[in-house]
Amino acid sequence: MRIALNEARCSGCRTCQVICGLHNFAENNPKKAALKIIGHFPAPGHYEIKICDQCGVCAATCQFAAIYEIAGVYHIDKKKCTGCGECMEACPSQAMFRHRAEQAPIKCVACGQCVELCQRGALYDADSKEVQ
Amino acid sequence: MNGYGGNVLRLNLSTGEVKVQPLGVEMAREWIGQRGFIAKILWDELKPGIDPLGPDNKLVMSTGPLAGTLVPAGGKVSFGAKSPATGIYGESCMGGHIAAEMKYAGYDVIILEGAAAKPSYLYIEDDKVEIRDAAHVWGKGAMQAEKALKDELGEDFQICTIGPAGEKLVKYACISHDFGRQAGRTGMGTVMGSKNIKAIAICGSKSIPLADMTTAVAKGKEMLKGCFAKENLDEWQDYGTAGVPVWANKIGAFPTKNFQSSYLEGNEALDGKIMREKMVINDKGCFGCPSPCGKYCYVKEYDVYTEGPEYETTALIAGSCVFTDIEQVGYMNYLCDEMGLDTISAGNVIGFAMECFEKGIITTEQVGREIKFGDVDSFKFLAEQITTRQGIGNVLAEGVKYAAEQFGRGSTNFAIQIKGLEWSGYESRSAPSNMLAYMTCDLGAHHSRAWSVTHDMAVGRKVLEGKAQKVVELQHIRPFFDLIGCCRLQWVEIGFELEHYPEIFRYITGFDYSQDDLMKISEKVWNLTRAFAWREIEDYGRKYDYPPARFYEEAVTSGPNAGDTLTKEALEYLLDDYYNLRGWNKNGLPTREKLEQMGLGFVVQELQGLSRKLA
Ligand code: SF4
Ligand code: SF4
Repeated sequence: MRIALNEARCSGCRTCQVICGLHNFAENNPKKAALKIIGHFPAPGHYEIKICDQCGVCAATCQFAAIYEIAGVYHIDKKKCTGCGECMEACPSQAMFRHRAEQAPIKCVACGQCVELCQRGALYDADSKEVQ
Repeated sequence: MNGYGGNVLRLNLSTGEVKVQPLGVEMAREWIGQRGFIAKILWDELKPGIDPLGPDNKLVMSTGPLAGTLVPAGGKVSFGAKSPATGIYGESCMGGHIAAEMKYAGYDVIILEGAAAKPSYLYIEDDKVEIRDAAHVWGKGAMQAEKALKDELGEDFQICTIGPAGEKLVKYACISHDFGRQAGRTGMGTVMGSKNIKAIAICGSKSIPLADMTTAVAKGKEMLKGCFAKENLDEWQDYGTAGVPVWANKIGAFPTKNFQSSYLEGNEALDGKIMREKMVINDKGCFGCPSPCGKYCYVKEYDVYTEGPEYETTALIAGSCVFTDIEQVGYMNYLCDEMGLDTISAGNVIGFAMECFEKGIITTEQVGREIKFGDVDSFKFLAEQITTRQGIGNVLAEGVKYAAEQFGRGSTNFAIQIKGLEWSGYESRSAPSNMLAYMTCDLGAHHSRAWSVTHDMAVGRKVLEGKAQKVVELQHIRPFFDLIGCCRLQWVEIGFELEHYPEIFRYITGFDYSQDDLMKISEKVWNLTRAFAWREIEDYGRKYDYPPARFYEEAVTSGPNAGDTLTKEALEYLLDDYYNLRGWNKNGLPTREKLEQMGLGFVVQELQGLSRKLA
């Protein structure tokens, strides 16, 4: 799945974050999500979606070779990750996140759960749908 | 505890003491959450007769077990206290994201006691709780203050604030959050202001334990997708409640010119479609919402941003004060929101003042200028006078009931309130069940508990039989959503089925309750808040349940229901029927038998201790 965005459609509900935390950590905790919704209010009045586009800069940055690719998707090897955070700083989309209970950064693995529950089509699968 | 944040956070603002106590299983099982917790805590902890704006009152913020989980719209929080507007049980519910955030920080309930010596705000980051100086945001508009604190503390904080109206103790000040969501009713912002608390900022990082994660997630997904599939979802999310004003006019229920009429000439210009074209820039929802009703607007004409106007705001500002330009309504919505005024009460009070002026009951001398219906400057002037408590604003800031008592000359007849709370957006002379819903709402004249205009339409608008039954039923269902931390609009507006909730409630909490059991708990809370009012006011009862005389002495002046009134006899019939169904006496007071049957033996004891005569 290639996750694509139509930010203007986002209503800020954060259902994507809830299901992400549930699916990837088996915890009801959107603070462990691999994507983030940021509101820009009162002006200009819209939501921004921070999510990984699998560009691979993180993997290239990691000194410990803790980030590997399978079929165009980058995964973090939690055993190798030292939690240094260099990948987070390098991420051009600012789409890697830190949670106080986790050593490794949290990164999107393109499971598509958020897309499934985004009623608004703000997150969609570019492989199956043209731009919305 | 499964489904819960797990703790009660108690702050004594006078001493600075912070206490965290685990939420008891009994408390959760018996009272579910949110409004249930609030009612129980206020009953247990408030002494009757205290000053609502004194340090003895407590402001209780609470959410429910479904909030913050994968259910449709689990984003509601309520605030409760003894109301400065009514002197009885007060409570108001709000959406946004702070309900979920509280739970991630580990709290189901936050209790504010005493009063801070100087302007302060609460900083809550998981277990770190501080009472901080708020001098730099005191005096700021509600949204400006939220923005300033967000910039200071970070995007991850969810923040609720009061505006200048709350600071100045205007009796209908609201608590504001997420740049356009408000807990507007019964003066909860006033209580917050009386405690010198400008804001509550929360950031949590914890997980909510679920009783059965796999089934809860599967059911949650099923519920969300059930909402996504509803036929009228698209229309609902395009217009939200802004689609309602034109309908309300068509059926003659729009509170027009301070409720003289139920039809506003030119109302078509307020339609959601026109609003969407002219000003909506974003569809904005609360936490977990599958059907976002927030229409976030940029009002070009006035260069302001505002969420809404939603139906109630349009009803009381456009209807009651007579405006048919949606951009003007958007601007006045913005003004009220920044000042921290509840748009319902503010619109109601200002419409009343305009009528008093038109009738010569108040004069240019008293007001300081001419005021008239349909004039933005008049509205703005009055809103500012109220917020700063200057001149006539100091009287109007006390609410419409008090203002009418001061102005006299028959104005009480058209001070549209019950129990001291200004009437919200439905003129009901042609809708007996809805009239009864407002009359018997535990908070005062408000639609949140029961709203039944469509029932009146379905079974006959002049019919009285069976209307009380419907009101009783709705007074259990609608506030049930305020026990669990969820929005009710998926059920009300897009027709999402009620049956799903008990099931997911079970997977999340592990408490095995049927829908009937949950409705019984809702009924228990209803009896408790009625008893709360009686504990406060010795002669409480039937006489507090009547609408203003306008509704039974004057006829609707125009529109499809022109000529309609409800007679006093009809009102008596409705009340008799209602009290009877509730198991209360003729005076509308719970009987010993009813209270005991509801498991409220402790209420019986206390009322008897105060020499209240229980039948
Ligand atoms: S689920 Fe969709 S609409 Fe909701 S916050 Fe995520 S991207 Fe936005
Ligand atoms: S329907 Fe409206 S009030 Fe309810 S949760 Fe959705 S956005 Fe919030």
